Amino acid sequence: MGSKTPLYDAHVKAGAKMVDFHGWDMPLNYGSQIEEHHAVRRDCGVFDVSHMTIVDVEGPQAQAFLRYLLANDVAKLKTEGKAQYTSMLNENGGVIDDLIVYHFSETSYRMVVNSATRDRDLAWIEKVAADFDVTTKERDDMGMLALQGPNAAEKIQKVLSSEQYAEIDGMKPFVGKDVGDYFIATTGYTGEKGYEIVVPASQLETLWNQLLEADVAPCGLGARDTLRLEAGMNLYGQDMDENITPLEANMGWSVAFEPADRDFIGRKALEQKKAEGHDKLVGLVMEEKGVLRHGQKVTVEGGEGIITSGTFSPTLGFSVAMARVPASVGDTADVEMRKKQVPVKVVKPGFVRNGQSVL
Amino acid sequence: MSNIPADLKYASTHEWVRDEGDGTFTVGISEHAQELLGDMVFVELPDVGDKVETGDDIAVAESVKAASDIYAPMAGEIVAVNEDLEDAPETVNNDSYGDGWLFRIKADDSSELENLLDANAYEASIDED
Repeated sequence: MGSKTPLYDAHVKAGAKMVDFHGWDMPLNYGSQIEEHHAVRRDCGVFDVSHMTIVDVEGPQAQAFLRYLLANDVAKLKTEGKAQYTSMLNENGGVIDDLIVYHFSETSYRMVVNSATRDRDLAWIEKVAADFDVTTKERDDMGMLALQGPNAAEKIQKVLSSEQYAEIDGMKPFVGKDVGDYFIATTGYTGEKGYEIVVPASQLETLWNQLLEADVAPCGLGARDTLRLEAGMNLYGQDMDENITPLEANMGWSVAFEPADRDFIGRKALEQKKAEGHDKLVGLVMEEKGVLRHGQKVTVEGGEGIITSGTFSPTLGFSVAMARVPASVGDTADVEMRKKQVPVKVVKPGFVRNGQSVL
Repeated sequence: MSNIPADLKYASTHEWVRDEGDGTFTVGISEHAQELLGDMVFVELPDVGDKVETGDDIAVAESVKAASDIYAPMAGEIVAVNEDLEDAPETVNNDSYGDGWLFRIKADDSSELENLLDANAYEASIDED
């Protein structure tokens, strides 16, 4: 038996097919993952993401610590609650984890990291933190829901008081705010508008039930994967890991090389990699029948690569994928599928935004 | 526990077979199989007129999770395929024993049906998995 979130019984009650996800019993779907996917693109869905790890960082050197620990620069965050996508790297520039960091002040931050890498992340954070005047605290007293879709604002209004809703009404993307006992952020992993809501574990089931009563569709890991892939968002362990740098995972934009005098773990290795040249992560599109899958071999101009994530895109009606390939890649590639070479188009990774194709 | 109709025969590879009583046999995949595969996104069917041998992989059920070969449970000729699945592969999920049928075989030897599992034996084979 794996770890359970406070919503385990609620998932089973909602008809979830439960699966093991890195040691957690999590819902794969509640019937049809394609219907759940469409619910998020067209209306609103809710995911239990309580398995993710929340770490609060406090102390006089909180900013200095995170500027050294993380590849993006938290000093760019000026307003209270502003969020940033970033990564923790090892000395070789490999990605230990990707994460979102929230800035409350220069002495107070919150990080949300992956569950699959929890133990390793926490050990690394503690090890690096030892040289700084900071305290780090895992918030396992909190659960988290992701409410995602074009109607998310309308739905959240139904479960908040008017005073609470006024606090987040019109909040810009990628910002988080304390609202009563909740921490509500305009972030997500679907390419739709929506919220991630950090909730005291004891109140999680009540909020979940209120959202289902407001006709929000419960959504599982299956839909979460197809939604994030359509949105061109990476999945840790699949699109990148400790042996892959952000530069090879379409995360170069989240590495702050400026200011040049900021040292961060992995910087030297990344600078060297940049100078030498490196593979890149691209999007693949196949409009014929069939589904591109993780691990399939890709032949491009100048060499070979591999599909890191592939799926059938429910929004587009055909298959899309992300693949790591030599930088010499052109506009087309061939994928080996069931012993046949199938031509595909090469695009930027990112296929759907706000319900619409971006191809 | 998924539904396993007693009036059908089954292959251990999760195909079901219905004797239509005229020397033809309708084939689909079991409810258990569609549950394992998850939402169907493409179904590749054989062509009408194809000659098939028992155990040949003649169709592919591609779901969100995996591409899965479907094997001919009996030798014979394909006399019909379910073209509606082209636009509505999810029918295999929603009605696996009815409108989600895949193809119909005119058997070379109808007695091959005896080699397949009955509902109880199929259920036992699933329980072993």
